[in-house]
Amino acid sequence: MNQNVFRLTLPILFGYIPLGMAFGVLFTTQLDYAWWIAPLMGLVIYAGSGQILAVSLLAANAGLLEVAVAMFVLNARHLFYGLSLLGRFRGAGWRKGYLIFGLTDETYSLLTSRPLSSDKHHEQEVDFRITAFNQAYWIAGCGIGALLGEMVAFDSTGIEFALVALFIVLTIEQIKALGDSFPLWAGAFAAGISMVLVGPSHQLILAIAIVTGILLIQYRQLKNRLPAAEASHD
Amino acid sequence: MTDTYYLAAFIAISAAATFATRVVPFLFFERHTEHPLLQHIGRFLPAAVMALLAIVFLQRSANWSASLPGLDAILPGLLVVAVHLWRRNALLSIAVGTVAYMAIQQSGWLA
Repeated sequence: MNQNVFRLTLPILFGYIPLGMAFGVLFTTQLDYAWWIAPLMGLVIYAGSGQILAVSLLAANAGLLEVAVAMFVLNARHLFYGLSLLGRFRGAGWRKGYLIFGLTDETYSLLTSRPLSSDKHHEQEVDFRITAFNQAYWIAGCGIGALLGEMVAFDSTGIEFALVALFIVLTIEQIKALGDSFPLWAGAFAAGISMVLVGPSHQLILAIAIVTGILLIQYRQLKNRLPAAEASHD
Repeated sequence: MTDTYYLAAFIAISAAATFATRVVPFLFFERHTEHPLLQHIGRFLPAAVMALLAIVFLQRSANWSASLPGLDAILPGLLVVAVHLWRRNALLSIAVGTVAYMAIQQSGWLA
């Protein structure tokens, strides 16, 4: 079974090692903490963009409330992954907690795109191993990158731009998947307003509140325009 | 020592917040998955949050008192968009943009 799982997760290996390394290098070149904190974060947090955001929050000595809100909202898309896997994980016993913990973008896409047999328990065991293999790649990438960042001396000024680049890439991917650029303008508007109104330490929270408000207004308008609101959710 | 406390609290809170986003559907939404408001937020919030994060952090990476304000970050940002629309390879887009930004910052060009 492990050989089969390895073959299934190979694309994730090629994605997670370099991205984990980018986080590791960023971590040791931007911060003064011990290198092994980077793989430790991969072990207990296990979120790509979340950990990269964590580096700039750590560098800025962000308040813990800001950290909680920023992390939760950055990963809010995960809220909607679970919805489609409720039945899939039902009855998985002790494995269920880990299956939920390890539900990253990549694991989600792998789990929801692979063919299933009728043996539910066997499939849950495969899902469990896929999740564990993926996390192992991620932790390895974080560790390798952190060691590399510590050993190789180079001018890392500006390397933190990887975070901005990552967010730009994720925005493009989201808009393409959605086929609708409205969220881009809503997000840009909210960011602009909050950058004008408040200082850096509250910008994220305010912008997220504004954008949620815009989506609620948009929902009400859609609902009023189409009595059958479901029609817009196909 | 306070530094260690802060780091430990930081990691614990980040882990809890991340896990919360993954576990909430399994705890609360078993019966509400079909609610149209939830589906609407679920469809649009992730993209909107990514866009606002990109803009807030792009603004923070830029030097707004340069002779060409902000261009030192806007140019590499546009490069990421162009490379990503062209090849659609996330790691390539991130690498090209980051190297461009590092080169601009380290050479003092656009300062």
